[in-house]
Amino acid sequence: MELRVENLRASLGGARVLRGPSFDARGPSFIGLVGPNGAGKTTLIRAVANLIPFEGNISLDGMDVGAIEPRARARKIAYLAQGAESHWPLSVERIVALGRLPHLEPFRAPVPSDEVAIERAMELADVTRFRDRDVLTLSGGERARALLARALAVEAELLLVDEPVASLDPYHQLGVMEVLRTYVDQGRMVIAVLHDLSLAARYCDRLILLDEGQIRADGAPAEVLTAETLRSVYRVEALIGGEGRSFHVMPVKRVE
Amino acid sequence: MRNRDYLLINLGLALLAAGFFIASIYVGRGGELLVAKLHAIDETDRSLAWLILKEVRLPRALLGLLVGATLGLTGAALQGLLRNPLAEPGLIGASSGAALGAVLVFYFGLAAGSAMFVPLGGVAGALISLGILYMLSGRNPSIVTLILAGVAISAFTSALTSLALSLAASPYAVYEIIFWLLGSFTDRSMDQVRFATPFMVLGVLLVSSTARGLDALTLGEDTAASLGFRQESIKARAVIGTGLAVGAAVSVTGVIGFVGLVVPHLVRPLVGHQPAKLLLPSALGGAAMLLAADLLVRLPMNGPEPKLGVVTSLIGAPFFLWLILRTRREAP
Repeated sequence: MELRVENLRASLGGARVLRGPSFDARGPSFIGLVGPNGAGKTTLIRAVANLIPFEGNISLDGMDVGAIEPRARARKIAYLAQGAESHWPLSVERIVALGRLPHLEPFRAPVPSDEVAIERAMELADVTRFRDRDVLTLSGGERARALLARALAVEAELLLVDEPVASLDPYHQLGVMEVLRTYVDQGRMVIAVLHDLSLAARYCDRLILLDEGQIRADGAPAEVLTAETLRSVYRVEALIGGEGRSFHVMPVKRVE
Repeated sequence: MRNRDYLLINLGLALLAAGFFIASIYVGRGGELLVAKLHAIDETDRSLAWLILKEVRLPRALLGLLVGATLGLTGAALQGLLRNPLAEPGLIGASSGAALGAVLVFYFGLAAGSAMFVPLGGVAGALISLGILYMLSGRNPSIVTLILAGVAISAFTSALTSLALSLAASPYAVYEIIFWLLGSFTDRSMDQVRFATPFMVLGVLLVSSTARGLDALTLGEDTAASLGFRQESIKARAVIGTGLAVGAAVSVTGVIGFVGLVVPHLVRPLVGHQPAKLLLPSALGGAAMLLAADLLVRLPMNGPEPKLGVVTSLIGAPFFLWLILRTRREAP
């Protein structure tokens, strides 16, 4: 799978949010999209999911994403919105089953392969235990995993997730990152918007640092998260240490 | 909730609706049964009984079935579309538009011309208010815009209806308008049933075609779009379908409130709250409830028959209040 983003430009409410970022990505790969608030991270993945109008080119395996028929596109690109919620008290299993909607033939019931995908997604996100529980009565961590399972059930080649670990405790943060890592290791691509730089560095193969709608750094986590970029982009002094799975970044002081 | 349970729920509701349908054909004022007369010895009695059955009772029962199913199904669909349990088919303004169209027919004294003028006026009113809704809210309106535009149209058409009432030249027209507005199945002919049915069927089909989209909307508009559903198409089909079906229903029977609000609520827990699975049982439940209410208004032996729309609102409004109280208790 190859994703190509070229000279992407998009505006929100008249303000230009994306100022021409370009990058290529080849799967399998876990890409962390990092950057300060308002950098355009969410807008970028919403453009890739074709949820907002944009200028420039986004293509998947050489095909313009806007030109792919919506249901076919929905099978290739899954999207998990930030703070996604269910409006009705559906059971976890039914929520996860919604991920199979792009695969269903019109007027036909789900087929065995859909059932298998639902089971697999619930297993991966570790929500099988409470498959019959009402999703609205779950704790925040359990609910986040159930909604993540919904996105996994699409079994798309490209999964876009917007701040999947925000508002989760450390245990559930690690849990979600491990799920995403496993999904990538099964041969797919994940692009995740992340604010926790240590988590991003430890689980992602590659980080793209966005600032004011432009890419400021792109590469292996340790190359992107340097004292210099943290100072100039995030405007913080940070302690950086460790390597690989123990790499960590701790912001200690704002730069005046 | 397995498939077998879902089948059983639908089967149960269908049997209930069928039972009330048959009762609606045979039961008359004060609970008098028609069966005896159908087998009467006297030839004239027998043919009179058959005439009542075919020309009076059958259209009435058919309207109960069709209008009840329409209101139940469109109510369920709109609640799913707007992701709001307090939505009902009247919300988008088509039913008050239909009411205004029909009232204008009475106002200009055209109702006496043909039994078809009132339903024609009603459907025209519904279509015009749908057109205005479309112009006000644009191609892919937000949920809030849709609701606000619907409320504005409802308020405006209701005001025009009141204006027609206050300016009506003859007391007879006022009397006719008021009685029609209260909603009823009495004295409707097969012609009217035949006129309204295609609109209701088309509308219900359009609305039903959004079923999976409504499921996807459970997780919000962005997620639904990312699952391959075009928002503007789902909204257009649900709103136009509801407008056609409910507009046609109102144009024949007058305004019948609360069925579209209450029935989906009663059914929702039975089907695990899933919007797509709610459609069919809501239609069956709506038919059963409206047929039952129409039997209820026939029970008093003497005096004028209570109007159906009044009875459904009398039962529906307290339920609505209970719903609000429950929602408030559940809210954090």
